Amino acid sequence: MTSTIPWERVRRSASKLTTPLHPDDYLRLVNPLWSARELRGRVETVIPETEDAATLVIKPGWGWRYNHKPGQYVGIGIQVNGKFQWRSYSVSSPPERRRGTITITVRAMPEGKLSSHLVKGLEPGTIVRLALPEGDFVLPDPPPRRILFLVGGSGVTPVMAMLRTLDRRSQENGRAMPDVVMHYSSPTEDRMIFREELDRLEQKHDGLTIHRLHTDVDGMLDLAELDHVCPDWRERETYACGPGPMLDAITEHYEENDLEEHLHLERFSLELGGEGGEGGTITFQNSGKTIEADGATTVLEAGEEAGVGMPYGCRMGICHTCTLTLLSGKVRDLRNGDEYDSPNEPVQTCCTAAVGDCTLDI
Amino acid sequence: MAISDVKEYAHLTEEEVDQLGRELDAIRAEIEESRGESDAAYINRMIRVQRALAAAGRVTLLVGTQFKETRKPAWVLGAGLLGLHKILENMEIGHNVMHGQWDWMNDPEIHSSNWEWDTAQPAEQWKHSHNYIHHQFTNVLGYDNDIGYGILRMAREQKWSPYNLGQPIYNSLLATLFEWGVALHDLDIERIRKGEKDPKEMKRQLKQIFRKGRNQVLKDYVVYPPLAGKQWKSVLTANVAANITRNLWSYMIIFCGHFPDGAVHFTEEEIEDETRAEWYLRQILGSANFEGGRMLHVLSGSLGFQIEHHIFPDLPSNRYPEISEKVQALAAKYDIPYTTGPLYRQYGQALRTILKLSLPNSWTSSDQPEPPTPPHDRKRRGDDERPSRRTELGGWSRSHSEARG
Repeated sequence: MTSTIPWERVRRSASKLTTPLHPDDYLRLVNPLWSARELRGRVETVIPETEDAATLVIKPGWGWRYNHKPGQYVGIGIQVNGKFQWRSYSVSSPPERRRGTITITVRAMPEGKLSSHLVKGLEPGTIVRLALPEGDFVLPDPPPRRILFLVGGSGVTPVMAMLRTLDRRSQENGRAMPDVVMHYSSPTEDRMIFREELDRLEQKHDGLTIHRLHTDVDGMLDLAELDHVCPDWRERETYACGPGPMLDAITEHYEENDLEEHLHLERFSLELGGEGGEGGTITFQNSGKTIEADGATTVLEAGEEAGVGMPYGCRMGICHTCTLTLLSGKVRDLRNGDEYDSPNEPVQTCCTAAVGDCTLDI
Repeated sequence: MAISDVKEYAHLTEEEVDQLGRELDAIRAEIEESRGESDAAYINRMIRVQRALAAAGRVTLLVGTQFKETRKPAWVLGAGLLGLHKILENMEIGHNVMHGQWDWMNDPEIHSSNWEWDTAQPAEQWKHSHNYIHHQFTNVLGYDNDIGYGILRMAREQKWSPYNLGQPIYNSLLATLFEWGVALHDLDIERIRKGEKDPKEMKRQLKQIFRKGRNQVLKDYVVYPPLAGKQWKSVLTANVAANITRNLWSYMIIFCGHFPDGAVHFTEEEIEDETRAEWYLRQILGSANFEGGRMLHVLSGSLGFQIEHHIFPDLPSNRYPEISEKVQALAAKYDIPYTTGPLYRQYGQALRTILKLSLPNSWTSSDQPEPPTPPHDRKRRGDDERPSRRTELGGWSRSHSEARG
């Protein structure tokens, strides 16, 4: 490949010609994907999956590494009305460089303007911003010998990336698909994303068993039923992704059975479960603004309240668009209670609150 | 002639000034509400044009100078394109981006927190000296270092000394080397001369200026010329010409902002307990616009709308023309002076003031109406002596603790 050319050094020398800008600042005007300064991608096609869900095929620009782990999500920033809005979606394609694209599958939420725009209003050729893949909800390599997927609605997307990865590996190195049971709930059959592909995969792999549940007709899965659906669920590594109440019920069920170590969850909303900080005066150094914030107010909200032009993204601690440098003081991550207090530490403002007085570099 | 109370000067009651403030706040809210796609398209288009000009200028010079027949036209065209690129980059793009005019887009590549411009002054120091000092303390004697930039005597209240006799010379030097004058501006030469500057802070700033200035000089005068091989001299001189063109132009535009007759100065009594509405009023009285077509306004970084820029420094510059109509209507309604005129006249008045004030006051007459004011101490203030900053101004990035040890 082209790895013999030291691109980093070429770029550094070229920046002598373009200072104070980077060469990429010029190149991206020729082709929007030719910039590693900010990750971007071009929407190649929008494939309708169901009535309210679509798969976006995105060609990432320079700087994308194609090393996401199956199950991870990416931040995607779309300019709506001149303003970049960020959301995060699971990557549904397996990590492969030679495809040159990644796919995400989006369901339009009833109240979600942005998700509706993604599903219905996005023209091929649109340039979007991307954030590097993240998330711990991943399929380990090598995969567990026995797996149970508990999926509800659009929670299927990270699991699809896992299944596709297992499928691809079985093709490439002849490793058989491990013993996988998947329980997939969806309101109706029509709204079941990936249902045809799942049918195909099930036919192809002896190891894969899929239970489909149409909750509009048959009601929600009662977890007591799990013993019938998958009698050996206690011996499996379980990956669950779906609506919050479903995940809460699953967590409870596994805790009752002392199996929480075998349960892996993906949630798509910020649960500010941790204790708040103590609050304090937050100083925004560059703008000279200050504000008193209590321990439950995020630094981002406090900054916006103070009238600072805070960068923001998903507002749920995923995309890192809101990250700023903490110059002094201490903040606490409201999700897990982690504290950050090293000088010049980057912190996510959307999910941290002040613990005493602190100063941010903006 | 310096004003110690804007209300009294404008013959407005406190209620009237407050009402004016509310009406200006409403204009601001309306613009903020309506910012959208076309505004974003404007700044992106500006950036595309500017970078295309830069690339075209460099290529024209490197290639065009290689052939005898095209050498001269290429020199002229290339220098022109480069000069134009620098003017656009510094004024309509850099200055306005650093004010935070485009922060609302949430675009990390067009944001006041990390923008760096194509001139010798580091963005961080500009944001302090300009966004903070100049925009908050606009035209307040002793507080606003932009009254003459510590080099020229621009207000009759500033004490005359024989040094000022050289003003015509300092002025031409400043115009030609404007980029470097700006680069040193935040150091505050006057405070250094008086030994009031913290040496640690000075060293930090000097280092920053050195690094930035070195990269700028290397680019234009060391890296590009040899790329033209034998024609290095042509490229070098064209680059010098482009930089000087930018210097002269930006110098002239900036001197039209607060130095034409009609833009008045203030004493520190004015900023004691100044309300937001009074701050607005001071910005209107202390600034001067100039008239011109759309092209002239873009090329001058929308500073022909200096008054609008000073009341709303962080609203997108492409909206200043429509804001201006509303502000003029308000000025008429409240009978507030609104200073404007053609560019040549505005600059002519600034130049006349530079020349006149090189002489002692008693030798010349003032061009401003002169209400009596008590004498004042005009010494320069440091950040710790200035009242704390107003929140609606753009950012700057240096902590007081760091700056003052």
